[in-house]
Amino acid sequence: MGNQTKDNKGFLASLKDSPSTDDFIKGLWRENPVFVQVLGMCPTLAVSNTAINAFAMGLATTFVLLMSNMLVSSLRNFIPKQVRIASYILIIASFVTVTDYVIQAISIDLHKSLGAFISLIVVNCVILGRAEAFASKNTVGRSFMDGLGMGLGFTFGLFCLGAVRELLGNGTIFGFPFFPSNFQEWIVMILPAGGFFTLAIWLLVFNALKEKRAKA
Amino acid sequence: MKSESLWYIFINASLINNFVLAYFLGICPFLGVSGKMETATKMGGAVTFVMIISSMCAYGIHSLLIAVNAPFLQLISYIVVIASTVQLVEMFIKKMSPALFRALGIFLPLITTNCAILGLALFQTNKGYGFVESFVYALGAGTGFTFALILMAGLREQLDFAEVPNVVKGTALTLLIAGILSLSFMGFAGLGS
Repeated sequence: MGNQTKDNKGFLASLKDSPSTDDFIKGLWRENPVFVQVLGMCPTLAVSNTAINAFAMGLATTFVLLMSNMLVSSLRNFIPKQVRIASYILIIASFVTVTDYVIQAISIDLHKSLGAFISLIVVNCVILGRAEAFASKNTVGRSFMDGLGMGLGFTFGLFCLGAVRELLGNGTIFGFPFFPSNFQEWIVMILPAGGFFTLAIWLLVFNALKEKRAKA
Repeated sequence: MKSESLWYIFINASLINNFVLAYFLGICPFLGVSGKMETATKMGGAVTFVMIISSMCAYGIHSLLIAVNAPFLQLISYIVVIASTVQLVEMFIKKMSPALFRALGIFLPLITTNCAILGLALFQTNKGYGFVESFVYALGAGTGFTFALILMAGLREQLDFAEVPNVVKGTALTLLIAGILSLSFMGFAGLGS
């Protein structure tokens, strides 16, 4: 990495081409965990009933993803191949326990509304997937960028779902009323079924955009 | 808590609060292995088995951790137990039925990261279930998971013969069906009261 910086392109161009920037961007958009890879569906659907929950969950996941990516990549030469998955899970579980206690200390209400889903970050496929597919093969710096990109991409996806569901199901956004008071809430959107429908519709939108671009 | 009969716990875990359709646990295998009826049934069986074993172990571990006053180890020890159980099941299936082993593919080791199993262990701890209650709860959750998987597989097998627009194909369509299934499962909500 970093071999392009010696070239006589501009600084920005080299920044654009450098692998670490690309690691960051791909998680946000091209390989977005929610919309493209469709990973980590359980927390995505379960806690996206309000925008604030979705946002908090996204940040918690980003933190765990970042820390576990960095630790896995710095230990990548010491972990024997046979027990790597088990070691990754242990690393992830430790960081999740930390996150759980930190959230409890910051806001009991938030901890209650997220419930068991904070602990369930352990089994979020995105985190284990990045540890196995990226962090175990790359340097700490690149893994950091990858974790940050994927985490923010995940937060973005959760937020897209949470905002739509809260807006239609509750008539509010971040707890503030958005529609006039005679707005009839679509209760179904905050129920489990609404989660499935909202994600399906987002995927449809993305598919339609992709088709359009392929044709053009 | 004590007033919950075992039958109610079973119905609650399998139908009213179905793990897949009401709690969104275990969505990955639900979307991934629900293409064929046969695979779905066996996957359901494997998950139910892992659920029962890990739920029993979780009960033991919880009592032990309370005794030594180290509740912060809960998450880590649960996940270790689940991972070892899955390893056991994986070796067993590989030995007994190589064909099934290939059909389940990557989703077999991924049972470890099936949220439904860890979720089950955490929920039973939160609800303060005893040994027998935990067993029934795990059985109900496993049945509910298998039931949802089989329903989904049946629908998707039919869909293979239908002509759908290109845009809808794939995950989006599966999610729409899951949404409708989830809506219909809400009809069970009155059963408990």
